[in-house]
Amino acid sequence: MTNRIDLHPTHSHGEFKLRAGKPLPFGTTLVPGGVNFSVFSRFATSCDLVLFKKHAAQPFAEIPFPREFRTGNVFSMIVFDVDYENIEYGYRMDGPYDPENGHRFDKDKILLDPYAKLVSGRDVWGKEPDWNNIFPHRGQILADDFDWEDDCQLEIPFEDLIVYEMHVRGFTAHASSKVKHPGTYAAIRDKIPYLKDLGVNCLELMPIHTFDEFENSKMSPVTGERLLNYWGYSNVGFFAPKAGFAATGKFGMQADELKNTIKTLHKNGIEVILDVVFNHTAEGNERGHYISYRGIDNKTYYMLTPEGYYYNFSGCGNTLNCNNPIVRNMILDCLRYWVTDYHVDGFRFDLAAILGRDQNGAPMSSPPLLETLAFDPILGKCKLIAEAWDAGGLYQVGSFPSWGRWAEWNGKYRDDLRKFLKGEPGMTGVVSQRIQGSPDLYQWEARENCASVNFITCHDGFTLMDMVSYNGKHNEANGENNSDGGNDNHSWNCGWEGQCDDDAVNRLRVKQIKNAAAMLLVSHGTPMILAGDEIGNTQYGNNNAYCQDNELSWLNWDQLSENAEIHNFFRCMVALRKTHPMLRYSSYAQNAASDVEVSWHGTSAWGADWSGEARTVAFMCRRWQSDERRAFEPDLYVAMNMHWDAHGFELPGLENGRRWHVFANTDMPHPQDITTPGNEILLDNQHDFMVGPRSVVVLIGK
Amino acid sequence: MDLQYKMELNDGIARITLAGSLDATNAAAFQEELKKLIGEKITKIVFMASELKYIASAGLRVMIFAKQRIGAEVQVYLIGAQEAVLDVVKMSGLDTFMTIQNEFAG
Repeated sequence: MTNRIDLHPTHSHGEFKLRAGKPLPFGTTLVPGGVNFSVFSRFATSCDLVLFKKHAAQPFAEIPFPREFRTGNVFSMIVFDVDYENIEYGYRMDGPYDPENGHRFDKDKILLDPYAKLVSGRDVWGKEPDWNNIFPHRGQILADDFDWEDDCQLEIPFEDLIVYEMHVRGFTAHASSKVKHPGTYAAIRDKIPYLKDLGVNCLELMPIHTFDEFENSKMSPVTGERLLNYWGYSNVGFFAPKAGFAATGKFGMQADELKNTIKTLHKNGIEVILDVVFNHTAEGNERGHYISYRGIDNKTYYMLTPEGYYYNFSGCGNTLNCNNPIVRNMILDCLRYWVTDYHVDGFRFDLAAILGRDQNGAPMSSPPLLETLAFDPILGKCKLIAEAWDAGGLYQVGSFPSWGRWAEWNGKYRDDLRKFLKGEPGMTGVVSQRIQGSPDLYQWEARENCASVNFITCHDGFTLMDMVSYNGKHNEANGENNSDGGNDNHSWNCGWEGQCDDDAVNRLRVKQIKNAAAMLLVSHGTPMILAGDEIGNTQYGNNNAYCQDNELSWLNWDQLSENAEIHNFFRCMVALRKTHPMLRYSSYAQNAASDVEVSWHGTSAWGADWSGEARTVAFMCRRWQSDERRAFEPDLYVAMNMHWDAHGFELPGLENGRRWHVFANTDMPHPQDITTPGNEILLDNQHDFMVGPRSVVVLIGK
Repeated sequence: MDLQYKMELNDGIARITLAGSLDATNAAAFQEELKKLIGEKITKIVFMASELKYIASAGLRVMIFAKQRIGAEVQVYLIGAQEAVLDVVKMSGLDTFMTIQNEFAG
C-alpha cells in the first residue's frame, strides 16, 4: 500500500507536476504525492498559486490555475512533489477593481488563504516585522498527525462550569509567573496545579486565532513604549492559532503546542472555550490594506453600503458579511475545525449581535448563521456563548436568538450587581432576578438558567480590584486622551481614587471584592471569573487595556502572597459552589417541576424589602420536597447587606432539627471570613444575625 | 548545521545516533533512511540525541512516523536529549509516546 500511486499528474507548469484538484475541502489538504490547494472566489477572473521557500523575500514559483481547474467559483489544484513543510503559499487574484460595485481586486497583492491552518509572519511575539515584506502573513501547510490518544471534549454540564477568562500571554508574561516560557500556551500547562487548586474547570481564552500585534501600533504618550494590539480582537486568520503565543512558534509548531496544552487541560478536568471574533477582520475600511478577504472576494466577505463603503457595526472599520452563505459556511467550517482538530469545548462569540444582521445590516428574527450553529451536528455538544450586543447599538441580552442552545454573557448581571455592590438603593428586586439566573430575561423562552453566563468583571472594563479602587477610568496610557473605554463602570473607589495607604479604605476594598465573589459564586447560572481577580490584580484604573502588553495588564503573581486573603476567599467560594448542587441547579426554581425552592428574606425572615430605598436582601435555598436527596443536602442562606450600617437579619427557621452554621462572613477579618465546606461554625444565636456594614454572610443549615 | 546520523540494528533494537540539527532540509532524507526499518522485527527504536542541537517540526514528524509506520507496538526512546530539544518534544506533546531517559537502560 505504501507505494501505491493513487493520483497521477495530468498537467505541468515548468518543473511542477499538476492535476485538477478537489474543490472541497477549501484550504490545503495533503493527498498522496502532493498537496490539494482550493480557494473560492466568485468574482475573480483568474488565480495564481504563489509559493515561497520559508521566510524567503521573493516567491520561487507562481502557478496559474488553468481554466479547467476551476469548478464553478472554486479554483483547485493538486501540486505534486511539493516540499510542504518548507514552503509558504498565497494567491494572486485578478478581477475588477470597482469599489462602487464592491470589487477591489489587485493582482499586485499576494493574499492569505482564508482557510490557512498555519500562518507565519508573526512567529515570535512582538518581534518587529520587516515592513517591506511583500507578503507579511503567509499560509503554511499543516500535517494532521497529532496523537490525541483517548482525549475528547469533556462535556461538563453548563451548570457545573466555573469559567476563568484569560489572555494567554497576559496570564504568564510577568516574570513573577516563574514559568519556563512566559506568555505561551505551554506556560498554561505549568499553571494547571494552580487552576485546579482554585477550582475552575473551564478556561475561556481571549483570541488565539492569528492576529497582528503590530496592527495600528503606536507609541504611548505616557511611557513612550510601543503599544501593540495585545488583545487581538482583529482577525488575520480564523483557522490558524497565533504563533506568537507558542514557545515553539519559531519552529512552526504552534498547532502541536496548543493541542498538547488542550489535551493536558482535559486530562485535568478543565475545558477550553475560545473567544472568536467573526464580526470583522484586520483589513480595516476603504483605507485599510490587503491581507486576504478584500482581495479574494471583497463583495462576498464584507457588508458594504450601496456605494461600496464598508459598514462599521463592529467599531473596527469593517463588518464581516456573516449571513452571506459563503461566509456563513466559512464560519461553520472554522468552528468545526477547532472542534475536530483541536478538541475545543466551546466558543464565546465577540459582538455576536452582528452575526444576526442581514447583508444590509438589519437585525433578523431567525438569523440563519445562528440557527445553523445551534443545530450543527459536529458542534452538538459545544458551548455556544454570545456577547449579545454589537457596536452598532443592537443590544440583545435576554433576546438573543437561542433555539435553546445559545447562552449569553449576561451584561445586565454585571451592571445590576455592580450597582447593588456600590450601595445604590432599590436594587434588591432586580438583583434577586440576577441571582436566580435572570428568569426575567430568559425564562420566557423556556431556557434554563445556565443561558446566563454571570460575571461582574471581564477583560473588557475594570478588574475587580480596580472596580473598588476607581470611580473613573484612567486610560491615558492608551494614547487616546482617555476617550476610549466605557464610562458606565458602576464602580466605587471606597473613598480614595486609586492606590492608597489608608487601611480603612483598603480593608473596605478587600471586603467589597469578597462581597462580589460571594454573590457571583452563589448565583444560579454559569459564573465567570476574570483571571487575576482572585489575587487582586490591578490595571491601575485602565478599563480598556487592549494595547497594554506590559505590566499594566499582565498578571502579577506576587499578588498571590500579598492578597492571599482574597485568593483564599475565592477558593473557598468555588469549593462551596461545587459542594452544593442547589447552587448549580439548571432549571429555574419557579418552574413547576423544580424541587429547589428559593425564598427571599430581608431583615425580617420571609419579608424581603423590595422598596426603592432597600439595600439589604437575603435568600434561602432548599430542596422543596422531602425526597431522599434533601436528607443529604443542607439548606443554604445568604444575607447581603450593601448598606453602610450594620443590620440585624432575622433568620428563617429550619426543619428536622437542623441548625444554622456560618460558612462566610465578609465583615470578619481573615481567617474568620470564610471556612472550607464541612467546617462551618455553629451559630449560638439561631434566630438573628447581625450582618455588618457592606457585608455578605453565607450560612449552612445542617 | 547538517544532520549526521548513524543507524545500527541489533537484536531488534534500532539505535539511531543523531547529531547536528534535524529540520525541514534533511528530515525527508532521514525519513527515507528510517523506512528501511519497515518490515524488520523491531521492538525498540532508540534515538541517541546527546549531540542533537536542534529539532524542528519536520524532525519531530519523523519521530511520529517512526512510531506510526514501523509499528505501534514498537517502543520509542529518546536518550540524552539536550534541553532545547527536550523542551520542544515536551511542549508539542510528543513526550507521551516516547520514553525519555538520560542513558539508555535497555
